[in-house]
This record gives sequence, structure tokens and C-alpha cells, in this order.
Amino acid sequence: MNSSAIPVFDVAVIGAGPAGIAAAVSASESGARVALLDDNPRPGGQIWRGGPAAAHKGEARSWFDRLGKSPVSIFHNACVFHLEPGALSAESGDTVLQLSYRNLILATGARELFLPFPGWTLPNVMGAGGLQALVKSGLPINDKRVVIAGTGPLLLAVAAYLRHAGAKVLAVCEQAPWIRFLRFGASISLLPGKFRQAAEMSLELAGIPFWANCWPIAAEGKGCLESVQVSRGGKIRSVACDYLACGFHLVPNVELARMAGCNLHEGFVVADDFQRTTVPNIYCAGEPTGIGGLELSLLEGQIAGYIATHWEGAARKLFEKRATFRRAVALLKQSCELRPELKALAKPDTLVCRCEDVSLERLAAHDSWRAAKLQTRCGMGPCQGRVCGAAARFLFDWEMDSARPPVFPVKCSSLAAVGAAAGESNGGSR
Amino acid sequence: MSSAITVRVNGSPVAVPTGAVAAVAVLAAGLPCRTSVTGEPRAPLCGMGICFECRVTINGEAHVKSCQVVCEDGMEIRTNE
Repeated sequence: MNSSAIPVFDVAVIGAGPAGIAAAVSASESGARVALLDDNPRPGGQIWRGGPAAAHKGEARSWFDRLGKSPVSIFHNACVFHLEPGALSAESGDTVLQLSYRNLILATGARELFLPFPGWTLPNVMGAGGLQALVKSGLPINDKRVVIAGTGPLLLAVAAYLRHAGAKVLAVCEQAPWIRFLRFGASISLLPGKFRQAAEMSLELAGIPFWANCWPIAAEGKGCLESVQVSRGGKIRSVACDYLACGFHLVPNVELARMAGCNLHEGFVVADDFQRTTVPNIYCAGEPTGIGGLELSLLEGQIAGYIATHWEGAARKLFEKRATFRRAVALLKQSCELRPELKALAKPDTLVCRCEDVSLERLAAHDSWRAAKLQTRCGMGPCQGRVCGAAARFLFDWEMDSARPPVFPVKCSSLAAVGAAAGESNGGSR
Repeated sequence: MSSAITVRVNGSPVAVPTGAVAAVAVLAAGLPCRTSVTGEPRAPLCGMGICFECRVTINGEAHVKSCQVVCEDGMEIRTNE
């Protein structure tokens, strides 16, 4: 796209999951010109993966309908890799999309936390949400034997989904002790809408073994997963399976916020009551502000969308409901606390960085993420530390302290397009 | 989803449901997506465009995340490139 034709939007929303959809729809209600960008082929994020065609009823359907009827400009397969004040660049196939914005709403969601253990790099060892995403994207799972392991309510949701899709779910291994898990379950079932969901899910889950105090210690197989060893109450057992779906709760995607200069606290984007970040005209909604799930994401998204278009009254009406869900989030955080035994799963030769194949012992020789990066290349592969950086944070308490452009690996031609636009806006002086 | 799309993975035809992503075709073919820098076979991990383990060559374009590309009839997918 020629830079002289760069479109200007009142509001640009990055991420088309529930928070981003709610933000875009709410912002457009006041007549603002809104762009919604997402790197996936369809809107919906992870929880509504599959887009409008897969959402036949309920909340997802109604939000997709509202989005469909709104004048929001939607850009699919658009991976935002560069941000500067008032402008962003996204790679979309062979083209670079550049647009200007007056307000930016970051709704970049979360990824799973993966912890390294022997064999975790074998094919068919996946994320829990990862396997669910691929099944939603067409992977046949009928009669496949699946072990689900890690922590958090996502494991149960994945188990229910996979079983419904025909999988033989052999076990759900939850690292937390029973009591912590039950306490969380009891508290969340009191939330509006959650009780029925929980009841429906427990029907789906009937008959699936749920093992608390249980975690994977090794995945085994020749060239592909064949079995997993799990530790349960001090005893080790081996379970033959086709897929091991592992997720140790979620890590917020804060790379763009960090690049924009937004303040972070304990890994999350700092946002005020109006979902404003510490950078003027940049808002944040959903998981990057704190792992809170679907309902909270929708509420934060709406508030951000209204505030970005100066509709404070509409936003304030949602504050009380948001507060209710935020209280539940505090409990969720407690129930997903990782036990220290998990820090000992990786052996000295276990790879932590899967892009550059850096082992635990090579990382352990250093005292910071930066030093480890410089000396071992960990976190310098294509994922830019999105997988190993989060693991290193848990294993070594290291913080990833910077995000530099491009925030995703892109083609040289895409970088050149950004440079060309910058040159023109500087009067061609560069 | 119904089986309506045929792609080629390393030259061999693979049928996938309409709407399936390319990573599904590679998994259905029973192949890893890539070989790591120390020679390990690797396949999808995150399923959502973060980990880059599923990258393959699609219609001649290298390093494409196969979990984010929807299959089209006649698509040429090559692993290990």
C-alpha cells in the first residue's frame, strides 16, 4: 500500500477475540471509524475459534452478529509487528497493511504456559488449548487417546470439548491439590451464568478420571509420543496415549503493550478503571490486564471501546459487573499457583528453548534472561521467547525486559515498507 | 466439517475437512512439520500462532505457520524445508 493512502481510524483494535470484538463493536456504536486486526484467518480468538460459522448460539453468536452488522473494518490474517505513536504496521500474506489511529485498544489475549520436562518436544505433545484449537480447526480426534495435564479450569473445558468430539480422554492431571481446586470451583459457580456452565460441563466430564496432585514427568516415544509418565501422590505410572495436552495456565500477550511503552506490573499491563494504559490514547482489555476469562474480557472490551469514543456513561454502567468478575479472578489466580516440584521436572539436558534447542544446564549457567540470551541464543529464535521466556520466568524468576520491533518475525519486504513510510513522513530526508 | 478439500503434503494427496488449517493436513499425513537445529522432529505445540513449531512451506513460501492457514484445494505443503 502506498503510504500517501494510509487510512486513518478513530480507533484501532488489535486482537479479535471476545475483548477485541466487544471493544470494536462498542467503539463503533458512536459512529467512530474502527479497524479490528487479527492474525488468524477468522475472528473469535481462541475461545470462539472458528468464527461466526462455528458459533450457532449464545453469547458468541450475538457478538458475531453485532460485529457483522457494525461498520467495523475487519482485517484478518493481519499480524501487527510494528507500532509507533499513531500508526501501526501489519503483515498480511505478501502485503503490508499500514494504518493510522487516534486511539489504540490492545486486546491481544493470552497464550498457554508450557513447562519443560523430558520429552516435551516430541510430536503430539501439545498445549491443552493448543490441541483444542487444532481440533476446532479440523484435526480428527475420534477414538484418539488423550491425556490432559497442567493446571486450571481450562483443562476441564478442554476435556469436555475433546470428549464431545469423540476422543478417549484417559485422565485430567491437575497439579493443584484437591482442596484448592474445589474451593475455586465452589466460588466460581456462584457467578452469574457460571453455574449452568459448570453443571453442563460436569455432565460431559462424567467418567473421565480427574487426578489432583498429579503432573507429567516424562513424555516418551520414538520420533512421536507413545506414552507419558505421570506422578500422582508420589507414585509414578505410565499411560499410553496418542496426544498429551499440557497447559500450566496462561501467559498474557504483552509484547505490543511493552513495545508501546505501557507500564507493566508483575507481567500484566497496568490499566485504570477506564481500561486506559499509562500511555495516552492506548487502552488494554482482556487477558493482558489479568487472566480473567470470557466474561471479564467482554466487559473490559466494551468499557475500552466506550471510553476510547468518549462515552463514559455507557462504560460506567458496566463497572459493577466487572468488579464481580474481578473478585473471582483473584481466586482463580490462587487455584492455579504452580507447585515448586514442577521446577524440577526439566533435567539438565532437557531443552527449554525449542527454537534454538538450548538445554536447561546451558541456561542455568547464567544469572539473567539477558545474559542467557546473549550467551546461548535462547529466546532469539522465531518465537522470540514467547515459549521459553515464560518458562524461564517460572524456573529462574527471570524477567523478559524488552520488546523490540519487529514484534513478530516478518519478511524483509515488510520491514522495508515500514522504513519507506517513515522516510516519506519525514519529507524523504532519510 | 466434511472431507471436501484435498491438499498435497510432500507430494502425496491428503484429504481434510473444509475449513481445516494446514497443520491438520500435516498431522493427518503423520509427519512432523520441521527438524530442529539439533535434528529433532517437531510438530505443532501451541496451535495458535505463537510457538512457530508448525512452520512449513506452503505453495513455495517458506516458514509459514501452518496453524494459521486454511487449506485450499490443490495447496502444496512441504515439511522440513
